[in-house]
Amino acid sequence: MTTTNRAAEAISARGVRKSFGKHLVLDDASLAVADGTIFALLGPNGAGKTTMVRIASTLIRADAGEVRVGGHDVAADPDAVRALIGVTGQFSAVDNYLTGEENLRLMADLRHLGRRAGRARIAELLERFDLTDAARKPASAYSGGMRRRLDLAMTLVGDPAVIFLDEPTTGLDPRSRRTMWQIIRELVTDGVTIFLTTQYLEEADQLADRIAVLDHGRIVAEGTPAELKSRVPGGHVTLHFAEPRALRSAAGVLGGATPDADQLTLQVPGASVASLRRMLNSLGDSGIDVEHLSVHTPDLDDVFFAVTGHATADPAEQEALAP
Amino acid sequence: MTSLTRTLADSATMLRRNLKYQLRYPSLTLMLAGLPIVFLLLFVYVFGGQLGAGLGGHGAAGGHGTAHPDRGAYLDYVVPGILVMTVASVALGTAISVATDMTTGIIDRLRTMAIARAAVLTGHVLGSVLQTLVILVLVTGVSLAIGFRTSASPLQWLAAAGALALFAFALIWLSAALGLAARSVETASNTPMFLTLLPFLSSGFVPTASMPAGLRQFAAYQPFTPVIQTIRGLLAGGPVGAHAVAAIAWSAGIALVSYVWAVRLYNRRRAATPN
Ligand SMILES: Nc1ncnc2c1ncn2[C@@H]1O[C@H](COP(=O)(O)OP(=O)(O)OP(=O)(O)O)[C@@H](O)[C@H]1O
Ligand SMILES: [Mg+2]
Repeated sequence: MTTTNRAAEAISARGVRKSFGKHLVLDDASLAVADGTIFALLGPNGAGKTTMVRIASTLIRADAGEVRVGGHDVAADPDAVRALIGVTGQFSAVDNYLTGEENLRLMADLRHLGRRAGRARIAELLERFDLTDAARKPASAYSGGMRRRLDLAMTLVGDPAVIFLDEPTTGLDPRSRRTMWQIIRELVTDGVTIFLTTQYLEEADQLADRIAVLDHGRIVAEGTPAELKSRVPGGHVTLHFAEPRALRSAAGVLGGATPDADQLTLQVPGASVASLRRMLNSLGDSGIDVEHLSVHTPDLDDVFFAVTGHATADPAEQEALAP
Repeated sequence: MTSLTRTLADSATMLRRNLKYQLRYPSLTLMLAGLPIVFLLLFVYVFGGQLGAGLGGHGAAGGHGTAHPDRGAYLDYVVPGILVMTVASVALGTAISVATDMTTGIIDRLRTMAIARAAVLTGHVLGSVLQTLVILVLVTGVSLAIGFRTSASPLQWLAAAGALALFAFALIWLSAALGLAARSVETASNTPMFLTLLPFLSSGFVPTASMPAGLRQFAAYQPFTPVIQTIRGLLAGGPVGAHAVAAIAWSAGIALVSYVWAVRLYNRRRAATPN
């Protein structure tokens, strides 16, 4: 990213550090988001994603480093940044005591849209987010998915040029998630820049032009989905066996494979058609019965493992959360 | 848009939000009106006869057509105190509503928007001032219904309303600042408590002359006394003079200091982290 033209950067962060007390949450994080693109910040719980969004959206200050949005320094000129951005945080930011329509009206008034333009925009957003029927119900009576949609609709009221979405699809059912993806894609075709965070590798893969992987406050990898995937060699095939003897003989025949005696599986590196054919041939020649097999093409999970040396679900984090 | 028109427009927007809350949940307003009315009835009907007898020459009107002349005299004496106490106890609600609001997600959203800095607070404060005026009308209505009599002219009524509104404005800004300074909503409901105590340590319920020396001095120099004396003077149709000057000075001073403090707290306050 060193050669990127600064003028074409909607968001840039350089050497951002942030600690809460002794806990270093962002450690020298740098990234750049080109105008009109979707950028995904990918990381497990506690990686520092929300902290990054809060800094870039003027909610909190970094301890060190520089963040610019639309060319404005977020620390020195927060109001200029605020005029450009729209933020949908990780946690619901709707007014529960107001109706959906009143929430949108509040945004329209604070964006000084004027009565007529405001009313038209509100009707359009209610329609687009499938909230017209619920427009006059208090937001406290909305389901999680409706609330998420209202939240995003509120963000869009003033047509922000740069939009931050902190885990926009967490808690949505698969259908709503796809609808949300569709909406996000439509936004960039209108020229908006989107900075989103996600824990879902598939989501980053589906949406993002570029992805940065954040782990314990550090950016450990950055690139297009294809670039990141090219970092992991191959992919693999998992063979499932009916009994341990077959697993043992297969492991003997196929060098470089990793057996799992408990699961009765054998993980064989390489997922190309050629390597698959070779593998099946040698198994057939040795008369080994395979119950079934699954092919695993490389995905961002593998990327994550490759760049961090651990899986996305951080075991320490999981333990900490256990009662 | 100039920054002044933006501030006015944004404050009006936030005020509308506050008024919508109040209209949607009127029980809160009624609860806030209940307290001073209970105190009014308690003081007049339980202590009124006794306290009225002890008033001596302090009774404003006294001896009008009520069944019990001492109680009637005390009613006339205590109503200004009750009105000012109303202002204080409604202000208490602002600390709680501001502190509660700060914990909600919508405030985080507002912080990422280019809106006038003080607008969120101004909306709360102006909403509470209007709420105070409504409750004052209710309390005055009850006072008149149980026999409060006044010789005030319409102009004096208006001046009394103005003095009460100004004092309410000051105490509500103070309460908003205390609500922002509090670490939790519980704390926010406790720290401004002293505001409801101060009317008792003033000329509101008994003449300061009847108090022991130290307390008398405190009562004479704390802000509630000049405000109460101003209202009392106006409602008795008499002169107010130096009390009014002191009342306005205190109100303006408290409002200014609290405003600056509250806006600073609001802007400095770290964004809420609900996780
Ligand atoms: N205000 C705060 N005070 C103290 N610690 C904080 C604060 N905000 C965040 N943290 C800590 O910083 C770390 C990163 O938090 P952050 O919310 O940025 O993670 P995240 O990547 O968004 O995680 P998640 O996927 O769970 O949302 C966590 O360990 C969290 O406990
Ligand atoms: Mg987060």
